[in-house]
Amino acid sequence: MATIEGAAPTASQTGVASASAAGALTDTDQAQVASPQGDIWRRFRRNKLAVAGLVVIAVMVFCAVFAPLVTSYSPRELGSASRAKPSAEHWFGTDVLGRDLYTRTVYGARVSLKIGLSAVLIATVIGVVIGAVAGFYGGKLDGLLMRSTDIFLSFPYILAAIVIVTVIGRGENSVILVLGLLGWMSIARLFRASVLQAKQSDYVEAARAVGCSDFRLIVRHILPNAIQPVIVYSTIFVGTAVIAEAALSFLGAGVTEPTPAWGLMVAQGRSFLFTSPHMLFFPAGAILVTVMAFVFVGDGLRDALDPRLR
Amino acid sequence: MGGYILRRALLVIPVVWGAITLLFLAFFVVPGDPVEVMGGDRGVAPEIRANIEAKFGLDQPLVVQYGRFWNRLAHGDLGESYRSGRDVNDILATTAPNSLRLAFWAIVIQILIGIGAGLISAVKRYSFVDALTTVSTTMLLAIPAFVMGYILIYMLGVYTFQHDFPSWLKFPVQGIGPDRWLGPIPLGGQWRFLLMPALTLASVQTALVARMARSSMLEVMRADYMRTAAAGGLSRKTIYLKHGLKNAMIPVVTLLGLSVAEMIGAAVLTETVFNWPGIGSSIATAITFLDAPIVLGLSLVLVLTYVLINLAVDLSYAFFDPRIRYGGESA
Amino acid sequence: MTSALLSVRGLTTTFRTDAGDVRAVAGVSFDVLPGEIFGIVGESGSGKSVTAMSVLNLIPQPPARIEAGEVLWKGVDLRTLSEEDFRRTRGSEISMIFQDPMTSLNPVFTIGQQIADVVRAHHDVSRHEAHERAIETLDLVGIPNARRRVDDYPHQFSGGMRQRALIAMAIANDPDLIIADEPTTALDVTIQAQVLEVLKQAAAKTNSAVMLITHDLGVVAGLAHRVAVLYAGQIVEEGTVDDLYYRPRMPYAWGLLESMARLDQRRRGRLRPIDGHPPNMLRPPGGCRFHPRCPYRDGNRCLSQEPELIEIEADHRARCHYAVAPGWFSPDERLSEPEAGWHDRVRSREREAS
Repeated sequence: MATIEGAAPTASQTGVASASAAGALTDTDQAQVASPQGDIWRRFRRNKLAVAGLVVIAVMVFCAVFAPLVTSYSPRELGSASRAKPSAEHWFGTDVLGRDLYTRTVYGARVSLKIGLSAVLIATVIGVVIGAVAGFYGGKLDGLLMRSTDIFLSFPYILAAIVIVTVIGRGENSVILVLGLLGWMSIARLFRASVLQAKQSDYVEAARAVGCSDFRLIVRHILPNAIQPVIVYSTIFVGTAVIAEAALSFLGAGVTEPTPAWGLMVAQGRSFLFTSPHMLFFPAGAILVTVMAFVFVGDGLRDALDPRLR
Repeated sequence: MGGYILRRALLVIPVVWGAITLLFLAFFVVPGDPVEVMGGDRGVAPEIRANIEAKFGLDQPLVVQYGRFWNRLAHGDLGESYRSGRDVNDILATTAPNSLRLAFWAIVIQILIGIGAGLISAVKRYSFVDALTTVSTTMLLAIPAFVMGYILIYMLGVYTFQHDFPSWLKFPVQGIGPDRWLGPIPLGGQWRFLLMPALTLASVQTALVARMARSSMLEVMRADYMRTAAAGGLSRKTIYLKHGLKNAMIPVVTLLGLSVAEMIGAAVLTETVFNWPGIGSSIATAITFLDAPIVLGLSLVLVLTYVLINLAVDLSYAFFDPRIRYGGESA
Repeated sequence: MTSALLSVRGLTTTFRTDAGDVRAVAGVSFDVLPGEIFGIVGESGSGKSVTAMSVLNLIPQPPARIEAGEVLWKGVDLRTLSEEDFRRTRGSEISMIFQDPMTSLNPVFTIGQQIADVVRAHHDVSRHEAHERAIETLDLVGIPNARRRVDDYPHQFSGGMRQRALIAMAIANDPDLIIADEPTTALDVTIQAQVLEVLKQAAAKTNSAVMLITHDLGVVAGLAHRVAVLYAGQIVEEGTVDDLYYRPRMPYAWGLLESMARLDQRRRGRLRPIDGHPPNMLRPPGGCRFHPRCPYRDGNRCLSQEPELIEIEADHRARCHYAVAPGWFSPDERLSEPEAGWHDRVRSREREAS
């Protein structure tokens, strides 16, 4: 795996330096005409898929926040036209209870994004803290933390989520809690590995020699570099969380009626696949588009942060 | 290397213990009244309740229940369903072969398509295959198993029927069908029932394997020792197939192993979508009925399997990488 | 004059980067004679590794591109060869050793297997024979207990031994030229001398010429017959080792030599680095590429006109407008004021030679 080496603390510098040659010129600092941040953004921009993903996410966030503005019905409003096909009044058609599917899909974005982002936030915070402590201090503490991580990791994600939700009860908050608590392990491992690598690098040694405190060392020196793989992972993890929430709701172990959730809608639609496929495919499509957007953005971030990894 | 194996194997014990205890805590410490479940809609008379509680030991202090729990496990007794009274072992015996067969074919798909596509797209970068692989893997990763399942069902099972496609394109949408097998091999028309579930189960992992194979191969292709081989005048074929492949496959094989473990979670969803009578769908059904013994017993089996597979993967890593096998430097 | 084994003419290699095109090698020409050790010296980024890899066409072609030049090997232009023919030359007639022995060996195969691979790529021999040859070469490079060590994996060898193993791989097919790209840079100083000695003897045993690429003048001094100095992708001075060390005629070469620490230096003398920093290869300086750092530049020609390689004496060339006497090194100089004592040092160096 490519390492972040050398004395320059910003990974993008090494990124630019190595982007310029087949190994023969890597130890020169070739002209760096733009700033590192500008470079990252510029590389990101060139990845059309990533940009598209970002746009989609922006639209989705907008819809989630301003849902009432983009829809004309209420998501729980029962109607008379049951299982109607897409039409001018009902862009996505209606479900069994006559509710407008377009509205429910838009409001579903709210649910999915809220759950996805919250869960990933929880998982990331926990994971980074644990990974930092384990990686930085090493020794018995590291061993203990990693064993606990292994124990938690011994459960397959979805299965564990199902089991726990069965036990603590369904609903939005349960799902957030479960997804967050089950997701920190990979992040902890990832971050720990980064911290271990960064710990041995020259610039950390230098900072330590100057008398940097542990906390400052971690936060100011190690974090900015080591956090990059975590950022990429977490971005993609939002997509995973959205899928997991949908899966849970689909199985009846997630968000419950009458909350509009894509997974629930898929489950409801499955019985009518033959006659009214739109009931299943619109929410399914929403899941798909959302997750793809996050995956593309995550990929784009990774490529922009370190082009060598392409 | 012996030390490595030993340490890794010993690690399994606390993990398994922790997992089992967590499951126990999850089910027996937390509210949710299984007695209601068993009673159904009619409610339960007090004497009967006492009876049931005594039988399942639900009235004992927690520690005792824990002890009894381990005792039963040691005897291989996974309990009985609250709902039907059926032995969980029995359920396991009936459903396991179905799950195993499905998993087997999903793995085959992953290996053939996943590794194949990944390697080809690495070697022929920027070609059509590469572009196709990149786009499709990204898409596949984003499509959750259950959505994938319904897409396939709709395309091959609904649309083809409704629009009068040739019959070989019409696939059954649910169930396991005639259930005729020779070991893992489907007989007769069995494969028609197998195809969609297997593809669905394999989809996400195939994408992951393909990507890993591609990036691993790309990284290997850039390695210095490849340059050395080229400078030595080895033919491109030898360089890629011999020197490159062996290195590239190390992480791929590891991933394959892990993906087998990951499939366990996906199996629950896939089997539910296709009504494939395997372990996963049994768990899913049991959840809706809060039938704890089934969920607990089957989950336990799955968790153990998961742990063992991960162990095997870690150990195999030592086998593939001589650096681990033979330890450090000798002057 | 003996006919050259390798004759490079006008080699130009360009890299396409995010920020623009970088001409890493700009019209480089040199000869390597049979059996000689030819040194190519330059700092990081001067283009020396790229030159070597371009000769063997080992540069990945995106992002690089060999734009122009001839690479005449025994009279035949390698650039006109098909890939298959080129492959036959690599590893058998011309072999190459790289800088980092740690990563240059495949970790999942034994040393013996890797050497045997190179042998069997060019000769139709049995596995056993190739294996024997591998043991033989390991012996030649001084690996003790070769018969046993041949089945070891790379990680079981120390750094110096790995480099020896790579040298063994390079001589396995009796090459006529060994290109060694910074073979000792990644090694401990104490091991460096050993490995260089091994290289020298191995080359002697197989009667091969060596193209030794390094940034270390000390390495070249002890080993090479002829040397070329590279700066910013161009050869700026070329000649025998003596020519270069005692009569450097290009200010950069002079600066390099002056910046080396010497055992007989006066205790209170300071090291004299070259002023300025390495050139920006995206937009190299106009005129003479070294002029921004040259204490001898005039305000005029040096800034606007790129100097050619001028012949100073037989087989000694330098790229400087003032390379020929009276040049920048003459006492009665009209160029910008040199540092105090500069001329004396030039004089003392010249005195050493005689």
